[in-house]
Amino acid sequence: MIEASFLPAALSDHAPVLLVLVPMVLAAIVAAQPSGRFGWLAALIGVVSTLILALDIYGQMQASGAPVAYAIGGWQPPYGIEFRIDGLNIALLLLLGVMGTLALIFALPSVADEIAKSKQSLFYAAFLICFTGLVGVSTTGDAFNLFVFLEISSIPTYALIAMGAQKDRRALTASFNYLVLGTIGATFFVIGVGFLYMSTGTLNMADIARLLVEQNDNRVVQVAFGFILVGLALKAALFPLHMWLPNGYAYAPNFVTTFLASTATKVAFYALIRFTFDIFDPTASFVTGLLTWVITPLAVMAMVISSAQAIFQVNVRRILAYSSVAQVGYMMLGFGIASLAGVSAGMLHLLNHALMKGALFVALGAFSYAYGVRRIDDFKGLGQLMPGVSAAFTIGGLSLIGVPFTVGFVSKFYLVSAALERGWWWAVALIVFSSVLAVFYVYRILINIWVNPAPVHEPAIKVRRVPMMILIPLWILALANLVFGVQTDLLVGLAQDAARAALDGGMGL
Amino acid sequence: MSDLFMGISPAIPVVLAGLLAVILPWHYARKVLMVLSPLAALFLLLITPQSGVYGVVEMAGLSFETYRLDNISRVWGLVFIIAAFLNGIYAWHEKDRMSDPSGLIYAGAGLGAVFAGDLLTLFFFWELTAISSIFLIFASRKGEAYRAGLRYLAISVLSGVLLLGGAVMLYNTTGSWAFGGVGDVGVFSIDTPGGMLLFLAFGIKCAFPLLHNWLQDAYPKATATGAVVLSAFTTKLAIYALARGFAGTEILIWIGAIMTAFPVFFAVVENDLRKVLAYSLNNQLGFMVCAIGVGSELALNGAAAHAFVHIIYKGLLFMTMGAVLMRVGTTKASHLGGLYKSMPLTTVFCMIGGAAISAFPLFSGFVAKALTLSAVLHEHHYIPWLILVFASAGVLEHSGIKIPYCAFFGHDGGHKVKEAPFNMLLAMGLASFLCLYLGINYGALYNLLPYAVEYQPYTYDHVVGQMQLLLAALFAFTFLMRFKLYPAEKDITILDTDWIYRKVLDGAARWSCAMLDRLGGAMDQGWAGLGRTIRKGLFNLFSPAGSFARDVPSGIMAVWSTLLLAVVLIVAYIYAS
Repeated sequence: MIEASFLPAALSDHAPVLLVLVPMVLAAIVAAQPSGRFGWLAALIGVVSTLILALDIYGQMQASGAPVAYAIGGWQPPYGIEFRIDGLNIALLLLLGVMGTLALIFALPSVADEIAKSKQSLFYAAFLICFTGLVGVSTTGDAFNLFVFLEISSIPTYALIAMGAQKDRRALTASFNYLVLGTIGATFFVIGVGFLYMSTGTLNMADIARLLVEQNDNRVVQVAFGFILVGLALKAALFPLHMWLPNGYAYAPNFVTTFLASTATKVAFYALIRFTFDIFDPTASFVTGLLTWVITPLAVMAMVISSAQAIFQVNVRRILAYSSVAQVGYMMLGFGIASLAGVSAGMLHLLNHALMKGALFVALGAFSYAYGVRRIDDFKGLGQLMPGVSAAFTIGGLSLIGVPFTVGFVSKFYLVSAALERGWWWAVALIVFSSVLAVFYVYRILINIWVNPAPVHEPAIKVRRVPMMILIPLWILALANLVFGVQTDLLVGLAQDAARAALDGGMGL
Repeated sequence: MSDLFMGISPAIPVVLAGLLAVILPWHYARKVLMVLSPLAALFLLLITPQSGVYGVVEMAGLSFETYRLDNISRVWGLVFIIAAFLNGIYAWHEKDRMSDPSGLIYAGAGLGAVFAGDLLTLFFFWELTAISSIFLIFASRKGEAYRAGLRYLAISVLSGVLLLGGAVMLYNTTGSWAFGGVGDVGVFSIDTPGGMLLFLAFGIKCAFPLLHNWLQDAYPKATATGAVVLSAFTTKLAIYALARGFAGTEILIWIGAIMTAFPVFFAVVENDLRKVLAYSLNNQLGFMVCAIGVGSELALNGAAAHAFVHIIYKGLLFMTMGAVLMRVGTTKASHLGGLYKSMPLTTVFCMIGGAAISAFPLFSGFVAKALTLSAVLHEHHYIPWLILVFASAGVLEHSGIKIPYCAFFGHDGGHKVKEAPFNMLLAMGLASFLCLYLGINYGALYNLLPYAVEYQPYTYDHVVGQMQLLLAALFAFTFLMRFKLYPAEKDITILDTDWIYRKVLDGAARWSCAMLDRLGGAMDQGWAGLGRTIRKGLFNLFSPAGSFARDVPSGIMAVWSTLLLAVVLIVAYIYAS
């Protein structure tokens, strides 16, 4: 893709810190001025600059074949905070950049529609802070700093979800629930980090890893892993700790749901992989035991139960939200398999799922923009009224099922191969079963869109044309589902590099 | 010109014609496609001079061998083309936008699967046959047919999933998607899990005993023309795949033997004549499966020859029943009878088909079945051989006698109808001609077979042995009819001197069938009730108001998190110590 750094040296030398700094500074500027349009532009600049910087770092890594490390303020690790980017988190940074950009293009009409004018600049400021936090989590090489960024990303998220209250007051309770749960998760996490600090006396990830090798029998370390695992699993919406997610996704503004569904849980999943394989000793018996006997069962329960929940939902966004929980189950299954193939299948599904859910939620945003519909019964006849958007939605839906020639098929294929490699027949059966359940819930939506006739209104209701700003990201995402379903090298390559970086250490390139 | 088209799979023109037929609104344009596209396929088959792999498509780093021609695929390809052509003529009068394209795509998919050189291509066409053929069942547009069609689809797709699963596993162990090389047979083993999955996938479509119900369920519910097409492709494709994959697998001999014998009992008591044909289809497949199990060159020749002639005469029988269905509106034996007066030509064709399937000398069934029986005997499988001989007699009973007798003779059902339309008669006539031609000029058939044959079907002992069997059966039948020992519609004897014993067995069979029927009914009700309960239970669990998906207060979620933490710590404790 990109073979070397392309920015001027002054920028590219400081790229890791600029990743975080640019959106953070822009957030402050946006918050201080009243214009929503300026806020949008600044947010777009922040996100695009992150994407460019991430691409540049990717180039640097390709050229040198080594991770990119940056000592903040010249304080060398392990005493100073280190930003460290390798094959694992570069995939996340690129994902954040791409999905952030596409979601933001869609944001202009969607936010103008859903958020009061006076609050728009603050909305974009909150978004930028949230984005800063997510990028920070994916960049930092310091365990405590990761907690700080996790909170930086979470707190604005609560605010963003609550902004949905203008359309549906239930957004407030959803946001409150998320706040309570998210705080519990973060607290568990920071307690775990505290235990780690207690037993090693350092916070730098590489340094902790070095010191932990000797301490697998230390109960404090084992308890630390337990706390960190549960805390991050909650953030990643692992069943049964997913209960904050369906309402959060269902009642947040469309743009927020799109962005969160394709990035937020992913970042927590990344942190989980980072801690499990790079900081703790993945060969230690308590780690393997927990992956096999806790993570894997919960992952398959998520795949099956949440898919079943999705079938019975009435609100289409809740259907997709439950489906997201099920998809997290697929990723977690890859994580639970814990082999190179398993983790790379999990990472691949992470990337692919962002593409599918991105397309689906943008399409829902378009439906909502034109007709204000959310309930499945109101989707009748949309296929005739909005054939383009419906077609893109259909592509996303098929991809969600895992139909061949879509990205969904590719990642399920790799996941099945990984399970077979481990000899987990039952897991393959459950993947297939859960895909069948996905057929049901996607079918329920598609049948309403394409087959059932639209209700007749007298006089005809007013319809707004869907602007290009929605259609462009929608079709980019929908086509990406097809293109990367056939041309699999790029994403599979990224995912495998990531898994190698996590499991074997180093760059994985 | 022939160079230009060299190496294009014969499936392509048929599938393309099918896709075109989807959008063509003119009825006769579609029919022209149905008649011409098999000819185009035949052209493509004939211009390919020798065995080899053609039409390799590279996509996404995988290569798909779309056209592998060798001594085995040629036989199946040729007969599929003939079947597609005959169907085109037979369905000429039928104005149905649903069944035309699906029949074409289905036939094309069957061809594509036969010529597939690797498992992925095979999977693609395997699923395509399933999906396209479903519309042949839906086309009869009855609620019953719709439900049967969905059951059929579910089972077909299951078979496809097993196929894909097996293929993936084999790929994981061998690193190749190959489905044998040119001319290879018996390339997989059922000892590996991947091979076992493939075996099951093929077995479902072959209608192995206990996996067979979809066939009798779905085929009789298809349209008059649909059943003709269905009878030709799916099961014979599975026979082909089985021969490729598992020739010489010992257990197939026994599976085949059981397959020949058990449908006889069902066919005896069945009233719907098209369902009788479906059972007899199962029985015929048994002969082929058995031959594949033996796996010698003679046996594989037998399987190929049997598949070839079987497609033609089974198609013929389904055609005659289709004609009856079209004119009278039913194929229930109890409602039919005496049709020979109004449909004389159809009667003759039906009797030719019956004679062919019962393996009368001079008919195609005889020359094909003789190969299989000799091969089984030659390898000293005496008990399976006896079962096959018994089943041959059974075939005569239910297909050779029962069907013509109940439909065209017997007590007069009082139907005054017209003879079948000309195009149907033409298709039946062509098929009848082939039944006779291949039976008399058997060299033509043997020349097509995969391996060179030195075999003489018309020897003294073959002919006399077979005639004894057949004449005894006919005599028994006539005798019993004459003295009214059996009421015509219900009981027709199957061949044996010891008819009392037979009567007991027959009675026992019918009694068990009746009991099974009732049990089935009760089970159905039970299932429906259970289904309702489960659905209600699921709804209570998962619906927005259900206990799994209800909005819960954050306190409960906090409890969950703590619980999970406790579980995690306990597991970590156990594993660390």
